[in-house]
Amino acid sequence: MVDLAVSGPAQRPSRWQAGFGRGGQRLWLGSALVVLLFLVALLAPLLAPHDPIEQDLLSAQLPPAWMQGGEATFPLGTDSLGRCVLSRLMYAARTAVAVALIAASLAAIIGIAFGLIAGMFGGWIDQGVSRLIDVWMAFPPVLLSIVLAAVIGAGLTSVIAAIVVVDWTRFARVVRAETMVQLQRDYASAARALGLSRGQILRLEILPNLVPLIVTLFAVEMGIAILVEVILSFVGISVAGDIATWGGMIVEGRQVVYQAPWIMAFPIGCVILSVIGFNLLGDGLRAALDPVQRR
Amino acid sequence: MTAVLAVHDLHVAIGPRGRAANVLRGASLEVGAGEVRGLVGESGAGKSMLGRAVLGLLPANAVIAGGTIQFEGRDLLAMPEPERRSLLGRRIALIPQDPMTSLNPVKRVGAQISIMLRHHLALSKRDALERATELLTEVAIREPQRVLELYPHEISGGMRQRVLIAMAFACDPSLVIADEPTTALDVTVQRQVLQLVERLRQRHSAAVLFVTHDLGVVAKICRTMTVLHAGRVLEEGETVDVLAKPRHPYTRALLAATPRADRPAEALRPVPPALIESLWSEAHRLDGLAAAVPT
Repeated sequence: MVDLAVSGPAQRPSRWQAGFGRGGQRLWLGSALVVLLFLVALLAPLLAPHDPIEQDLLSAQLPPAWMQGGEATFPLGTDSLGRCVLSRLMYAARTAVAVALIAASLAAIIGIAFGLIAGMFGGWIDQGVSRLIDVWMAFPPVLLSIVLAAVIGAGLTSVIAAIVVVDWTRFARVVRAETMVQLQRDYASAARALGLSRGQILRLEILPNLVPLIVTLFAVEMGIAILVEVILSFVGISVAGDIATWGGMIVEGRQVVYQAPWIMAFPIGCVILSVIGFNLLGDGLRAALDPVQRR
Repeated sequence: MTAVLAVHDLHVAIGPRGRAANVLRGASLEVGAGEVRGLVGESGAGKSMLGRAVLGLLPANAVIAGGTIQFEGRDLLAMPEPERRSLLGRRIALIPQDPMTSLNPVKRVGAQISIMLRHHLALSKRDALERATELLTEVAIREPQRVLELYPHEISGGMRQRVLIAMAFACDPSLVIADEPTTALDVTVQRQVLQLVERLRQRHSAAVLFVTHDLGVVAKICRTMTVLHAGRVLEEGETVDVLAKPRHPYTRALLAATPRADRPAEALRPVPPALIESLWSEAHRLDGLAAAVPT
């Protein structure tokens, strides 16, 4: 019997290289911004020129170093209490990243579990989960977060809880739909013909096919989580006052926006850049991991 | 000789309750140990449904309205789900119709084969991969080690079908259901696949239920055959007898309709519409009777 040739060259380009090629500039820019954010958050104590809560009332509201009246020791100037804006931005990045990672992970775990179960079992289980998602999504998310934060009490835990409680639906909805699509595929029924149980099929066959989707969603979700954290700290129900947050800095800067606009401008810029970073990363990953484009 | 598979008077209906359409109307067939039985019929005859009923892979909206399916003397329909599942892939295997979609697109070939081996034979990871290499060698795949490392989209359709055939015979099943395994392949590859199935069947001494609409394929590898139309068995017997002296007018018309390369295309003789009409009206009359009986 004649053997069939293996298609594809013997030396394949690395999957990572190929993936990054498909992701294009979005993926590069997004990853760069996100990596920068994570590095700054991780290394804040090393990078920051000052203690973020060290006050120096004599040098309050200094403009950034390159403007007239600025001082080299405060590269981005100081706020109304004379605290170093750059250092505060860096420490605030830690809060933002912590919230984004923890909240997005928990939302993903809960949402994926519900989505898989609803997608696999269908029937009344699916009906129940779907109605739950519908009802949940009818609430304005930020308002729900505020109510929740007010009920549980202010603090990092309540911010994370609020985000998780609202955003698990994002994962559940998409995972449920995709699970149903994948179950219709021939490989799923072939797996059943191999004698695998439903749980095994979900874990071993379906879930690996959902990874691109989940990774993409996760990146976007981190951006959303950062935004929600900013909103909650803006309205003052996030972490305690002495911990730097971008939302808190925006509030403080708002009061002196006419005298010292940079105090408010810098944290806003940080929020915008990191959310753009996460969205570009999500977009790029979608292209890079798309199984259709992978062949 | 006891039959490996005995389907008796099987009735299957698909669709919502009350408006269900009958797809199998009292179909019966037997497959003896080591026998290769062809199950032929036109599209919609119910031949795939019969195979799927045996495997327990009927669509969710299908109902088995009557009849029995016995495998090695045990009633599959009365069996508890886990017990039946333990037979699938191990004692009863499937060669699926479409090799392009029946492998999980995101898992390497080796991982897919070893999932099954580990599930049914409780092999260690390393033993499973070793066995997988042997299996691929058995289906005449060169460089099996390398193919195990590839993803399904990196190998050709013929190779994928061989991988699926290797998986079907991996646990020495006593019955293999081949659901039109050659339909999605081109003619040259078809022949190789048929030879392969025949060789493996002999080596593993399995019985094969070969579902197909191609009488040429049946003539080539099936010792016995069953002709199905509208969910009913019209004729069955030794392949040589049926093809040489078809008793039922439908079989005769089907044989006459087989296109041949040595005849011009105008000489194609479709099965007479009047014959099909009368067969269907007979089937519907039977439906009426079946519906009338319980009341």
